[in-house]
Amino acid sequence: MALPEVKQTATEARLANLVMPDAGCTRAAREDALARVLEMGLPGRRDEYWKYTRPDTLVAPEAPRAALFDPDEAMLFADLDRLKIVFVDGVFSPEQSDDLTLEGVTIDRIEDICFKDIHWAKELYGVLEARGQSPVQRPLAALNTAFAADGIAIHVSGKPSKPISFIYRHASETSDAMLHHIIRVESGAEVTILENGPAASRFNKCMEIDIADGGVLHHVRAQGRDHERRAATHMFTRLGQESVYKSFTLTVNGVLTRNEQVVELTGDDAVAHVAGACVGDGDFHHDDTVFITHDAVNCESRQVFKKVLRNGATGVFQGKILVKEGAQKTDGYQISQSLLLDDDSQFLAKPELEIYADDVACSHGSTSGAIDETALFYLRSRGVPTKEATNMLTLAFLAEAVDEIEDDALSQAIVDRLEGWMSRHS
Amino acid sequence: MLEIKNLHVKLEEEEKQILKGVDLTVEDGKVHAIMGPNGSGKSTLSYVLSGRDGYEVTDGSATLDGEDLLEMEPEERAAAGVFLAFQYPVEIPGVGNMTFLRTAVNAQRKARGEDELSAADFLKEVRAKAKSLKIDADMLKRPVNVGFSGGEKKRNEILQMAMLEPKMCILDETDSGLDVDAMKLVAEGVNALRDEGRGFLVITHYQRLLDHIKPDVVHIMADGKIVKTGGPDLALEVENNGYADILAEVN
Repeated sequence: MALPEVKQTATEARLANLVMPDAGCTRAAREDALARVLEMGLPGRRDEYWKYTRPDTLVAPEAPRAALFDPDEAMLFADLDRLKIVFVDGVFSPEQSDDLTLEGVTIDRIEDICFKDIHWAKELYGVLEARGQSPVQRPLAALNTAFAADGIAIHVSGKPSKPISFIYRHASETSDAMLHHIIRVESGAEVTILENGPAASRFNKCMEIDIADGGVLHHVRAQGRDHERRAATHMFTRLGQESVYKSFTLTVNGVLTRNEQVVELTGDDAVAHVAGACVGDGDFHHDDTVFITHDAVNCESRQVFKKVLRNGATGVFQGKILVKEGAQKTDGYQISQSLLLDDDSQFLAKPELEIYADDVACSHGSTSGAIDETALFYLRSRGVPTKEATNMLTLAFLAEAVDEIEDDALSQAIVDRLEGWMSRHS
Repeated sequence: MLEIKNLHVKLEEEEKQILKGVDLTVEDGKVHAIMGPNGSGKSTLSYVLSGRDGYEVTDGSATLDGEDLLEMEPEERAAAGVFLAFQYPVEIPGVGNMTFLRTAVNAQRKARGEDELSAADFLKEVRAKAKSLKIDADMLKRPVNVGFSGGEKKRNEILQMAMLEPKMCILDETDSGLDVDAMKLVAEGVNALRDEGRGFLVITHYQRLLDHIKPDVVHIMADGKIVKTGGPDLALEVENNGYADILAEVN
């Protein structure tokens, strides 16, 4: 079926500015992805899935300019022992990165995998993204598969002693970066992946994660606070039997962020938790779009998203749990809440459940509210000044999401970052 | 010394006068009790003194050691030495009890220009005071009042009072929802804080709390005014005869 003309034109304009990397063995996957893009067209304002978030600037041929932000505090996770993989405006920097050897994992650049005999990588690149195109289209992810200029392939066969940490630096005001990472966690292996930094003026990132039976992956991400940056990210995760995936994202400012999580529970007794805390001030739009498919017995999924919004900031949550026929004993939980610190901010939520099995427990809830005046008075009556009391209650509101991070050092790093934000913004 | 003169208070949102000229002086070191039927304005008085929103003072004054309380924000009143033990202590999910206590103690010290208490000193003090109120380590770690029983909440109020060492303690129906043993424990906590530099205003419906916290002065409040003042015997009279006799006598 032909695309609407507006969409066709926008898609062609964007593609005219892109060159497919000459990447040997991923070439076929990239060509397939391009065909998907051409068939679907890039997102437009009229697409139902983009009802609450305008995709224009994510789709435009050129990235809108975004000023660099000079943070007055140390980079996140700075004190943590970790293996650093650094990208500057979406380009891998060997100089700034650590040596990529670590016991229990093999780390390669995507462009190098063709020179090695890495079957798993060839079987993963673009595969979960393609699976994730149904029942809802995600054209920006297909665009990424086709044109991502860089990325990392991580094969986890053991339990590495420290987290693998992606650091995304932003250096040019007009940078337009696309990264595509793939991660395969083998049976019984366990890894922690960290991501932080503003990345680029416009950042399109795709991560495909395949977790084999009994594998575990922890993911903690903080998206940089450069006020004018834009990002569209996709995480596609497939879980095998008794495997575990736990992901947490902190988003602090940024003019536009769309984070999609597409999770498929394909093995019995698997567990997937996705959580997010976001704080936005002023011209800030943040969208969490989550799609969790239960396709096995006795799996558990949790979605916990909390947003603090003020001065006209907008928060969006689109979260879906799809329980397929036969996915009995599913335990699905979803909560999305916003704390609106003034009357100008808004929260748009669309929770969805679609269930085809008859022995499941699924719940969802969504709320918007202001600071609890009774609690505020209680704190003030004990001598806590209004500003400090408001900050305490704001952190308390976000706590349920931050508590999803299992590692104490990581969750403390996130709390410190939130406290820093509040001390600057109140 | 707390001095309340001719205090008139109405609800902010509607034309309803609650306090109609309250005169009351609580000297340092004294315990005053206020008793009175439901709806007489006792709790309103406690809220107005601590600075809760929703009330409008239309006339009169309230000072603590000469400082005008009514001009201050709630946190300033706290730093000046006012403490209200809530009838219904508020649950605050996500804020640890210990964090809350320490923030409050240090905020008040800061407001008074004193050094903040070190983590070690704070911990030592809070443990000793918690122990005498039979508050265990688990209660200190849990979020403020969340999942606490009625008795635990009230004990937690008294712990805050003990840590903050206010000049003027207002207890709003601290005995409500307490069994006999819990009431004794709370009363012991209050009595331990009795000091010649500290005044107490104990609001209660029942005489039984006053068996444990012996008042120096008892006031009867009705229809927004103090209608009768006397010694501890006045509380016994209420207990035996109810308010009807007293109100009839006043009218």
